[in-house]
Amino acid sequence: MADGPLVLGIETSCDETGVGLVRGGTLLFDAIASSVDEHARFGGVVPEVASRAHLEAMVPTIERACTEAGVALRDVDAVAVTSGPGLAGALMVGVASAKALALALGVPLHGVNHLASHVAVDIVEHGPLPEPTLALLVSGGHSSLLLVPDVTHDVRSLGSTIDDAAGEAFDKVARVLGLPFPGGPHIDRAARDGEVVIDFPRGLTTGRDLERHRFDFSFSGLKTAVSRWVQARQSAGEPVPVADVAASFQEAVTDVLTRKALDACRANGVGHLQVGGGVAANSRLRAMARERCDAAGVELRVPRPGLCTDNGAMVAALGAQMVIKGRPASDLAIPADSSMPVTEVSARRPTAGPG
Amino acid sequence: MLAVDTATSTVGAAVLRDGAPPVAAAAEGPRAQTELLAPLVERVLAEAGVRPPELTDLAVGTGPGPFTGLRVGLVTAVTMGHALGCPVHGVCSLDVLAEQALAASGVDEVLVATDARRREVYWARYRRGPDGAERLGAPAVDRPAELAEEVRALPTAGRGPLLYPESFPSRVDGVLDVDPGVLGALALHRLASGTPMPVEPLYLRRPDALTTAERAAR
Ligand SMILES: [Zn+2]
Repeated sequence: MADGPLVLGIETSCDETGVGLVRGGTLLFDAIASSVDEHARFGGVVPEVASRAHLEAMVPTIERACTEAGVALRDVDAVAVTSGPGLAGALMVGVASAKALALALGVPLHGVNHLASHVAVDIVEHGPLPEPTLALLVSGGHSSLLLVPDVTHDVRSLGSTIDDAAGEAFDKVARVLGLPFPGGPHIDRAARDGEVVIDFPRGLTTGRDLERHRFDFSFSGLKTAVSRWVQARQSAGEPVPVADVAASFQEAVTDVLTRKALDACRANGVGHLQVGGGVAANSRLRAMARERCDAAGVELRVPRPGLCTDNGAMVAALGAQMVIKGRPASDLAIPADSSMPVTEVSARRPTAGPG
Repeated sequence: MLAVDTATSTVGAAVLRDGAPPVAAAAEGPRAQTELLAPLVERVLAEAGVRPPELTDLAVGTGPGPFTGLRVGLVTAVTMGHALGCPVHGVCSLDVLAEQALAASGVDEVLVATDARRREVYWARYRRGPDGAERLGAPAVDRPAELAEEVRALPTAGRGPLLYPESFPSRVDGVLDVDPGVLGALALHRLASGTPMPVEPLYLRRPDALTTAERAAR
């Protein structure tokens, strides 16, 4: 086929049921069903609620992706699925569904790593990935700096969060400020009317911390500093300047993220930075990454917001690269691996011993 | 027809065709349904000499059963059904155990009690009718001691008596987990009689979480 293999990708690692269709390096359609409204009632993602929603949404989302893409399931050349990391029960729905599809259609299955998929999605947005690429992945579930010589089999972790994920910090600070869940978009909006007037701490950016955790992140101290600051205002009977707090908090997060990402580019001699994950939708992060990349002569790649959050297209995009590069397919016995290491791009059959 | 079930402690798959005895396989692995089911399905299809596109019907146990495992069977069935364009039929997994129990023993009344974890059982009561096991009431989830004395005294199938022998003194031997072949046969029987078979998971418990409003009310 001239334009590459047709791959269907399934993603259910958190609360979005995603099904994407990619042909070679081209996105055909990305269908998403989200249970976020239901989680909002609980003030956070409830794994069992997410898993129930995945089961209900699975087939309708597959159906919608095919209809909108104008393809029939029998034309699919391979099925790809997030096999980890993520919420165990949620992953199991997607993995079992993908196996059933592969079995019914008689096509290969590729169980892939969620983080590598976040990197691979940019192929359908901006073309082939420069090798190596440096990736900054920030969401409610992860905050990672990755060095990616080859997204289909060589992904290295330079650093990650040692406590909260960046997106979690947004959710928690939003709660402190009385803003709804999920916090990211609400903080971003509130911050537009505010000014950066409070100097909140930047975790792991000085002294010994920087030596030991040069490319790691920590957001729990920042979160605590914001709550204390707000509480102090409240107990003094003064109004809380929500917009200024949001802007100052957001500034602290994006400053650390972009500073460390560019330091990682420099340290590894990499000229391309990709930013992905739900927090990549944040307007301040996008703007600051742009400024700092321009100043450093690094080429910045950020997929459109809909492809930064969890989706099926990213899984299909990585699956298509697996097929194109002739990487071996996964066994039907692969597990859903909630703690799949980032260095494991492709899921392996469970083994008895260590290794 | 292909029948699958992941509601009890074994994962099972069976192929039934034209009145021939079912080709069934099961594997024990209470927390490994995701790993086990697809290879089992592949195996029974191969052993029965059936290619997936030749399937005309799918049947699946709808529980009740531990949630994460239960969903593996359900999502496997509905996805295959969609991909192959064939109908999927849901059967209460306890009904299957009741059929197995009536076939294995001469009794006319039986209790089915399976492991619901958290010191509870999923249970339902059945009597022998002209058309097989008839369920008396909806399946429920309770602590064994909360069941009425006369109910607990009935011959009991499922893993309940194994886990709580003090509560379920009379055990139906050899009927522990769902037999996918019996599940398929029951689905075929209900299909022939026009009984509706919705594919709705029987969770019987709501998710363990409080809404923000509920937390505030505490
Ligand atoms: Zn993600």
